[in-house]
Order: sequence, then structure tokens, then C-alpha cells
Amino acid sequence: MQELEKAGVGSVRVTRKSDKVVVIEKDLVTEEMLLAMGPQHPSTHGVLKLECLTDGEVITQAEPYLGYLHRCFEKHCENVDYPAIVPYTDRMDYLAGMNSEMAYCIAVEKLMDVEIPRRVEFIRVIVAELNRIASHLVAIGTFGIDLGAFTPFLFCFRDREHILSLLEWASGARMLYNYIWIGGLAYDVPADFNKRVREFVDYFRPQTVELFRLLTENEIFVKRTKGIGIMPADVAINYGWSGPMLRGSGVKWDLRRNDPYSIYPELQFDVPVPDGKFSDVGDCLSRHLVRALEMEESLKIIEQCIDKMPSSEGFNSRSAIPKRIRPKAGEVYARAENPRGELGFYIQSDGKSTKPVRCHARSSCFVNLSAMKDLSKGQLLPDLVAIIGSIDIVLGEIDR
Amino acid sequence: MGNTLNGWSEALVGFNPMGLPLGLVILAAIPLVFIALYSLTYGVYGERKISAFMQDRLGPMEVGKWGILQTIADILKLLQKEDIVPASADKFLFVIGPGVLFVGSFLAFAVLPFSSAFIGASLNVGLFFAIGIVSLEVVGILAAGWGSNNKWSLYGAVRSVAQIVSYEIPAAIALLCGAMMAGTLDMQQITLHQSGHWGFAHFFLFQSPIAWLPFLIYFIASLAEVNRAPFDIPEAESELVAGYFTEYTGMKFAVIFLAEYGSMFMVSAIISVVFLGGWNSPFPNIGSFALNDWTNGPGWGVTWMILKGFFFIFVQMWLRWTLPRLRVDQLMYLCWKVLTPFAFISFVLTAVWEIYVP
Repeated sequence: MQELEKAGVGSVRVTRKSDKVVVIEKDLVTEEMLLAMGPQHPSTHGVLKLECLTDGEVITQAEPYLGYLHRCFEKHCENVDYPAIVPYTDRMDYLAGMNSEMAYCIAVEKLMDVEIPRRVEFIRVIVAELNRIASHLVAIGTFGIDLGAFTPFLFCFRDREHILSLLEWASGARMLYNYIWIGGLAYDVPADFNKRVREFVDYFRPQTVELFRLLTENEIFVKRTKGIGIMPADVAINYGWSGPMLRGSGVKWDLRRNDPYSIYPELQFDVPVPDGKFSDVGDCLSRHLVRALEMEESLKIIEQCIDKMPSSEGFNSRSAIPKRIRPKAGEVYARAENPRGELGFYIQSDGKSTKPVRCHARSSCFVNLSAMKDLSKGQLLPDLVAIIGSIDIVLGEIDR
Repeated sequence: MGNTLNGWSEALVGFNPMGLPLGLVILAAIPLVFIALYSLTYGVYGERKISAFMQDRLGPMEVGKWGILQTIADILKLLQKEDIVPASADKFLFVIGPGVLFVGSFLAFAVLPFSSAFIGASLNVGLFFAIGIVSLEVVGILAAGWGSNNKWSLYGAVRSVAQIVSYEIPAAIALLCGAMMAGTLDMQQITLHQSGHWGFAHFFLFQSPIAWLPFLIYFIASLAEVNRAPFDIPEAESELVAGYFTEYTGMKFAVIFLAEYGSMFMVSAIISVVFLGGWNSPFPNIGSFALNDWTNGPGWGVTWMILKGFFFIFVQMWLRWTLPRLRVDQLMYLCWKVLTPFAFISFVLTAVWEIYVP
């Protein structure tokens, strides 16, 4: 190639066919264009900005710019009491508030050695798994929109609505719950909650089939996602990926199994990992598949929790909440499996104050997004949109 | 009824005071404008209602009963909007873009036979005119996209031009199959060749065993020509914000929007004329039960034509709200490696059929 350029052919694009160099284009000098995608763009899922260098439709480089939704979460934490941080965690990953609250409460409880009533654990797992389904529904729906399929998105939102009204019934809020408290819950669940949750599970199972027919098995959808944005397992681990992204690359890693917390060790569920038959392992389709199959596993978990849950007789959801939350001096890191991956909280206490000295959140989306540069190189512009959709970012968690 | 209408129209065409073809204007242009605008208005309304039905929603419900006046309210709103021309835009191109686009989609209405007594201009190369005039849209899209001086618009315009120019080839060849079966390019003559007592059996789609192939090819290619999903990559909202009309507001935006719906009706009308008998009634005569005779005539013709047109518009909407979008290279692959070869095959097969089978 260099020889050809030296020979004065100009810019050359070549392809190799059976050891012979074949010139396919010559004297074609193309100019790269700087394209600012976002922060106001329909498919950057919020206020992400991607600065792309494009050669025609081909992305030569895409760099994410963050911080448009930065709300100083960590600095706020240093200035409020431990229980007052819970609402802030809701606002990080606003699509899975219950999961974020649970991760934070687990961290503080670990720091204080609080014993939690069993019923609280079951309720926590039920609401967290419900929220995981809701979050995956949004992820799948918006992924469909990114690829131009609008109808599945509204079907997803229709089903998510049922979950939101269930959670609203339990906590009083639709998105920002403040329901899981350190050492307990804000309230016990309403009397018929379990019955209604079971009704929802029975309703939702057949709906996933329709969703599969519309999206996952759709010829165009498969063509748009299969083999796009492939991330090998070793690179994914090096980037620190977690959650459905890592499992999409074929690594069977789920914190509910590998670093169990709460009552997850008692529950039966699978960790779906693509086998490479329907999708290429590590591509956008695998990540989508993992999410779609995980909803079924969450339904299983919810059903088991309803069956095993202790009765509400003599139960006070706030009984184990410490009178005064002032952990002894020390530090803790606790992590939980969020819909988007590993959400970890690092908390440091000086033993004197009711406020943490330092509270750091390890955001899963932030880490997952860091591979954007690698993933997008050489892809077409529509594929870039598909890749962003498959990462399933929530800017509230990335910027915090 | 038919004869009176025919007599009327012939008398009116001869009405040329001071050398101006006023009769033709009264007869053809004014009703055409109304048909076009109504089909646009209710096309938009229909799209919103149909998509709402498919997505478990209600759609527009506020303006008028079931929201039937929604589009009119929208147009009124758009008329009041400030007409913004971006400071760095190429003003001339920016302004003429929507106009050229609208003219391109609207001019083809002139050669559409709405009934035996009603066609804007009965050209002997009507089909050729219709195919050719659609290409004018490309100029409008390119002007709008380039004139906007916006990178997304430019992407949309370049994609659109590549797409429309490519898809014209299979579309035109598929239509030629129909023209071959009729032996003429005159839209009115093509329709007349498909009339008869057996109703739908005379339609070209059912006249030869190969005709379904060009029919299907033209339908797919026409989706791409009017930028409808799954080929709506020029305005792919999740990739290019709004494609070539990102920078447009107010009435200019409305004109682009209406031009899109105009083209939708136009390609639907062309496919009904060439393959589904245009204004001919699909019902057959069964013995003395002369259903075909009763449902044919200039008045009925308009009904059939509009019904067939709206049927295809419905299918277009159905596809749009079901399928994801293809990628640019997949779109070109489909055109050059699938549709074009098959269009040529169907062309040859139709020719053989026409020559050797009576």
C-alpha cells in the first residue's frame, strides 16, 4: 500500500484477495467530517454527547463527552445524613431506583452490622426484580426505537406501566421511590400486593412472546444487530464491564450468583448467556438477548419470593432500623447486580459523624460506556446508534 | 349517469374563453387539488389513528369528534409559526427546496385517471411522465438538505438521493411489465385494458402468472421512493434527527410533510392503475346479477380509485409501524442485488408470456 502511495497513486484503498493486492479505489481523497452527536439527539438516551469523526457514513472515531447531567451526588452525600442519601440514589439510575437503593442500603448495613428481618429481604428482592423487568423493558423498547421500530417501544411501556403502578402502590411514588431504608423498608407492602404481583406475572409471561416476535425474531432487527459491535470476553473484562453487557460477551458473571447478597442464594434462577447459535457472542444482538431472557428469570425469582415469603403477622418494616445511624469508623464497599451491571458503593465513616466522610458510587453504565471508542471504530453511523442502544446507558447514573 | 358526465366533461374541455383553457382548469385542476389535499389531510389523520390502533393508544381525540379535525388544526398552527431561515443557510435553495418537492409529488396527480371521465391530462406517455416527475423530488430534497447547511440534513439528502435514484430502476422496470401487458404508456388506456365483465379477473395482477413479481417489486421499490419505513433512512429520526428537513419550521415543514403524503398516495394510485385495474370495479358479473355493471361508471370510478389508493397507503402504514429500519448498505444491497435482477427477470418473462401466450 505504501509502495502504491509512493508511486504517486494518491490515497489508495486496497483489499487483499488470495495474497494479491487489488486496488479498489484510487485518487479518492475524502475529507473527514467532525460530527457532534448530541447532547440533543434522539438516540443518545439523554444528554450524552459523542464527537464523531466521520468519513462518509463510516465512523473513524467516536468519543463520548459526559457531565451534562452532573449533580454532585458524591459531594451531596458528604453533607447529608446516611438515610437522606437514599433519595439521591434513586436519582442516579432513575429507571431502576429500587436496585440502587438496595445497593446503597446493603453497603450501610454491612458497615453497621444490622440484622434484617427476613420478610424485609423478600420484599426488597420482589420490588428490585420488578424494577429490573421495568428497566429491561425500557432498554429493549428504546433499542427498538434506535433501530426504527416504534411499536415495540409502546408495548414495552404499556407493560412497564403495570409494574410502575405496583411499585407506586407499595411506595407511593412511580420512579423515585425512597422505599428501601437502611435496616428496613418505609412501609410493609399493601395487603393484596402478592396477589397482584402474581397476576402481573401471569399477564406478563405471554406478552414477552409477542415482544420476541416483533423484535428479536424480526429479520431486519437481526440483520441490524447481528455481528455489530462485537466485544470479545477478555477485552470486556479488561474494561471492567458487568451486567448484561459482560454476559452478552459470554462471561457467566452475575453478582446475585457470584457474590451473593440478600436472599438470592436461596432462590433458583439461571444466568442467561448467549451460546452463539442465534447471535454472534459479544454483539449487540447478544446483549439484547441477555436482557430479554433475564426478564423471564426475574419473573421466576418473583414467583419464588411470593411463595416463600413469611407472613406479615407481627411484622414491622421499621423494626430493625437503627435509632441513630452513626457507623463505627471504617470503610466498606458493597455491590449489587443492577439491571445495567455492578453498582457498588464505597462508604467511609469516621465514627463520630452521622454523615459519611466519603461516598463513592461505582456506576455500571459509566464503565460500560468507556469502551465506546473501541466499539465504534470503523462502524457505520446507523451501527453506532445500535451500539449505544445496546449499551443501555442511563445518563443519570453516568454523570451522577 | 356515466354518459351525462362524459358529455359534461367534453363540453367543458372545449370551454376556452380568450384562449385560456379555463374549462380544463375547472374540470381537472380544481378537483385534483381537492382530492390531493383531502387525501393528504386524511392520510395524516389516518396514519395517526392507525398507528394508535396498532400501539394500544387512542391517537388524536381532542379536535372534533374522534379528533377528525386534528390535521386541520395542525396546519393552522403551522401557518402561524414563525418562518425561520437559518442565518448560515443558502437562502435560495432553502426556500425553493420544499416547493420543488411538493411540485414533484403533486404534478404526477395530473396523469392519474380517477375515472373514465376524469383525468387531468390524458398524455400518451402518462406512465413515463409519472415515473419521470417523481425524480424531481430528488432535486427538492438535495436543495433542502444542502441549503440547510446542517450536517444531519446533508447526510439525509445524500442518502435520499442515492436511494431514490437507485430504486427508480427496479420500479420503472416493474411498471414497464404492466405497460407491456397493456401495450401502451397511456394511463387511461392501461386502465381500459383491465375492464371487463369478470371484474378483478381482468386486472393485470391476475392476467399473467408472472405479474405478482413486478407487482411486489414495484410495491417495495415505491416504499423506498417515497422514503417510507423500512426504507426511511433519509429521515431516520433516531440516526439523523429529522434528515433533510431538520432545519425546517412552520409552513415549509408542512409543505415537506404534505409532499411526503402526496407521494404516498401517488405511488399507491400508480400501482392500482398498473396492476389492480385503476377505477375498474373488482366485482364480477355473475349471470344476471350484474355487479360489475352496477358498480362501474365515472362516479364509481373515483370511489374505487381512492379506495384502492388508500388500501395501499394502509399497507404502507402497517409496514411502517411494524418493521425496524434497514441500514444504508443493506438498502443498496436489496436494490441492486435483489430487486433489479428480479425486475429484469420478470421483464423478460412478461415479454415471453405476452408474445407466446395470447
